[in-house]
Amino acid sequence: MPSPRYVREIPSRYRLEAGRCAGCGRVLYPARKVCPSCRGQEIQTIRLSRKGTVVTSTVIHVPPDEFLNEAPYAMAVVETPEGARLMTQIVDCDPSSVTPGMSVDLEFRLVREERKSGILCYGHKGVPSGA
Amino acid sequence: MREVAVIGTGMTRFGELWDSSLRDLCVEAALGALTSAGTDTLDSIYLGNMSAGQFVAQEHLGPLMADYLGMAGVPATRVESACASGGMALRSAFLEVASGMSDLVLAAGVEKMNDGADVTGVLATASDQEVEVYYGVTFPGLYAMIARAHMEKYGTTEEDLSWVSVKAHRNGARNRKAQFRRAVSLEEVMSSSMVAEPLRLLHCSPVTDGAAAVLLCPLERAREFTDRPVKILASGAASSTLSLSHRKDPADLDAVELSGRRAYKMAGLAPSDIQVAEVHDCFAIAEICCYEALGFVEQGKGKDAARDGLTDLGGKIPVNTSGGLKSKGHPVGATGIAQAVTIVEQLRGEAGESQVEGARIGLTQNMGGSGASSVVHIFQGV
Amino acid sequence: MPGIVGYGAFIPRNRIRSEEIARQWGKDAASIQRGLLLKEKSVPGLDEDTITISVAAGRAALARAGIDPQKVGALYIGSESHPYAVKPSGTVVLEALGMGPEIHVADFEFACKAGTEAMSVALAMVESGRAEYAMGIGADTSQGAPNDALEFSASAGGAAYIFGKAHVLVEVLETYSFTSDTPDFWRREGEFYPRHAGRFTGEPAYFHHVLSATRGILERSGLKPSDFRYAVFHMPNGKFPLAAGKQLGFTDKQLETGWVVNLMGNTYSGSSPTGLAAVLDEAHPGDLILITSFGSGAGSDSFILRATELLPERQSLAPTVRSMLDHPRKYLSYGEYAKLRRKIIVND
Repeated sequence: MPSPRYVREIPSRYRLEAGRCAGCGRVLYPARKVCPSCRGQEIQTIRLSRKGTVVTSTVIHVPPDEFLNEAPYAMAVVETPEGARLMTQIVDCDPSSVTPGMSVDLEFRLVREERKSGILCYGHKGVPSGA
Repeated sequence: MREVAVIGTGMTRFGELWDSSLRDLCVEAALGALTSAGTDTLDSIYLGNMSAGQFVAQEHLGPLMADYLGMAGVPATRVESACASGGMALRSAFLEVASGMSDLVLAAGVEKMNDGADVTGVLATASDQEVEVYYGVTFPGLYAMIARAHMEKYGTTEEDLSWVSVKAHRNGARNRKAQFRRAVSLEEVMSSSMVAEPLRLLHCSPVTDGAAAVLLCPLERAREFTDRPVKILASGAASSTLSLSHRKDPADLDAVELSGRRAYKMAGLAPSDIQVAEVHDCFAIAEICCYEALGFVEQGKGKDAARDGLTDLGGKIPVNTSGGLKSKGHPVGATGIAQAVTIVEQLRGEAGESQVEGARIGLTQNMGGSGASSVVHIFQGV
Repeated sequence: MPGIVGYGAFIPRNRIRSEEIARQWGKDAASIQRGLLLKEKSVPGLDEDTITISVAAGRAALARAGIDPQKVGALYIGSESHPYAVKPSGTVVLEALGMGPEIHVADFEFACKAGTEAMSVALAMVESGRAEYAMGIGADTSQGAPNDALEFSASAGGAAYIFGKAHVLVEVLETYSFTSDTPDFWRREGEFYPRHAGRFTGEPAYFHHVLSATRGILERSGLKPSDFRYAVFHMPNGKFPLAAGKQLGFTDKQLETGWVVNLMGNTYSGSSPTGLAAVLDEAHPGDLILITSFGSGAGSDSFILRATELLPERQSLAPTVRSMLDHPRKYLSYGEYAKLRRKIIVND
């Protein structure tokens, strides 16, 4: 992971910064310059709450190389109360127990590392609420 | 716009082709198309390819193809739209002929996947790197989420998915160029190893090397090259959100629906007019979703189609008589063109054991990523 | 009077029982448990490290403090398992917590004492007026060498403390540090596991510094053990803090709330800070609390604290230590534990 590419995403990955379109109110995560709903370009910065509901999910058994020893792991599309959707792993639970409708809290975790010598990359993962 | 015809086709075997390099595959397929049309000149080349840069560290494929065909000097363009690269190359070639700019245009597709790259990682670049792949999702993982959403919404079951794979292999067994040429049972499919729940190994298309090519020319000149030209009636394409999490409904392949509607409109036809089709079954769930999105069945009823024989060779609308991506193989950039090759053969009555009797109108649907791009072509035997 | 305006802790959810580790190495579980008073310890996931634990603890501390993170003028993290050898943990944590860029950040290390060091310096920044608020965190995902006694105790977790001058939940009445060069436990650059000097880690190291620091702070403050409601000592195992407390004249009752090690293990820089958090989760206004850390090498930091009226209403604003101890997620086999702790050699 090249550092410049990583650093640009810090606000959205570390603080769940998202954009709210001033025109139609749609919440975009990550934030963008052009609203996909109304094409408006006035976007305000907001922060998503650190929780959400699973929309759909799966359990990855055949992972990419960088995630080899983490498999099997659950991944899900999660919708936050603000109406933003994000995709991330669901951890600290039996992966097969993750189902649509489940409530999760978003916790700060190490998402990937570049082998032994590259930078460490962080972000949020879901943990079943009440865990 | 002029009317456009397909006058020649070529295709390599699909499989793990250790003895063939990327350029070998390109040349073999292209020569096949030129030979079958009995010509040796081209005005332009379009080559669909997703990831030669990552698979074999080679970009700039347009000139590579022209050069190795012995046709350096011919304008050549590489077209990329992930797994829809082939279909989009066909569309570009179609437009160049239809516009009157060129007469003889080759639309080809190639992918060399088995030279040692991390295939899972490379294929994932068809999804959203920052939003999805960063967190560890894989291509099968995305379709698995689509499957689960479809199951939640419409009651589709793992068994429903598995019937699609059974049909694919039954058809692929009849295709001498297919990667897998043996039938599989439902039990085999349902007990194969889990890739991303609920998708198992036999619900997923394989890793394949291969290339295919079709030669286009204006319909008015087609008889110079063949007495069985096939007209391209329509080309419809659409895009959707790159990441699955931004899609309106993960169970709904809206790009497929939109591209289909545009193609039907251009052709002046309805789904019920289609007599044979090749759709993008990268995963069994994709075929089910495509039945619905293309209007072959009602929304939500896709799950019954394969099981009930609707899309079998003898059924109401035979889909993927070639074996589909599952059994024929899925060399990513080549698939869209290979689909066209199959339909052209069907409409010319050259499909042998796989022939759909009297087929006059055929459809190809080629999709990229988790449904971020889709391109549909409708063909008519002349 | 400056003091703690917010506090929080985080303990990873996986556990491994002492019996399972003993089984692996053919040791007698019962005598290990008798000798170390350890039932089980926390195990971090592959996606957890000192930084992620610090963020979780820091978020809890901010929730209890109810302050704007932008007002935190300094952030210090003490650990002996910072994820990078060169690049601070503090910079990742500050961004995640929404602090900075006008902030002073430093990482600390002093074996198990690095947490209270971070707290000491954060307190000093506030006392001096250089920062309105300052955060000190002690967190670790420490490694114990396979088939070594420390494998039973080395665990993961941490706690964060925000210091300030206004709306103080816990006043800091006194501090005292006692330090000498005592190589009882160390890790050379490039080595994966630390080493220790066996029984030398006891009397001349742990007890000498913990007792001296505690006696020193009692003398400086003029207080005696019976004045305190709670006492927390660094917990390398279950036995040492109880023995130290007894030698100093504290009762089991004073020690029991902060004695979290039997279910959590020794989280090194997070050990006494997490024990303190467990105490703060329960303490009442006016309660006097003593905490003495210990870091091999060696040294001890002591604090005398007093809970204020503002503490009770903040206790439930974030998860309590007890709730984290009582609800582990999963008990691991030794193989799963070894995989998560990266003790298995894998291809790069």
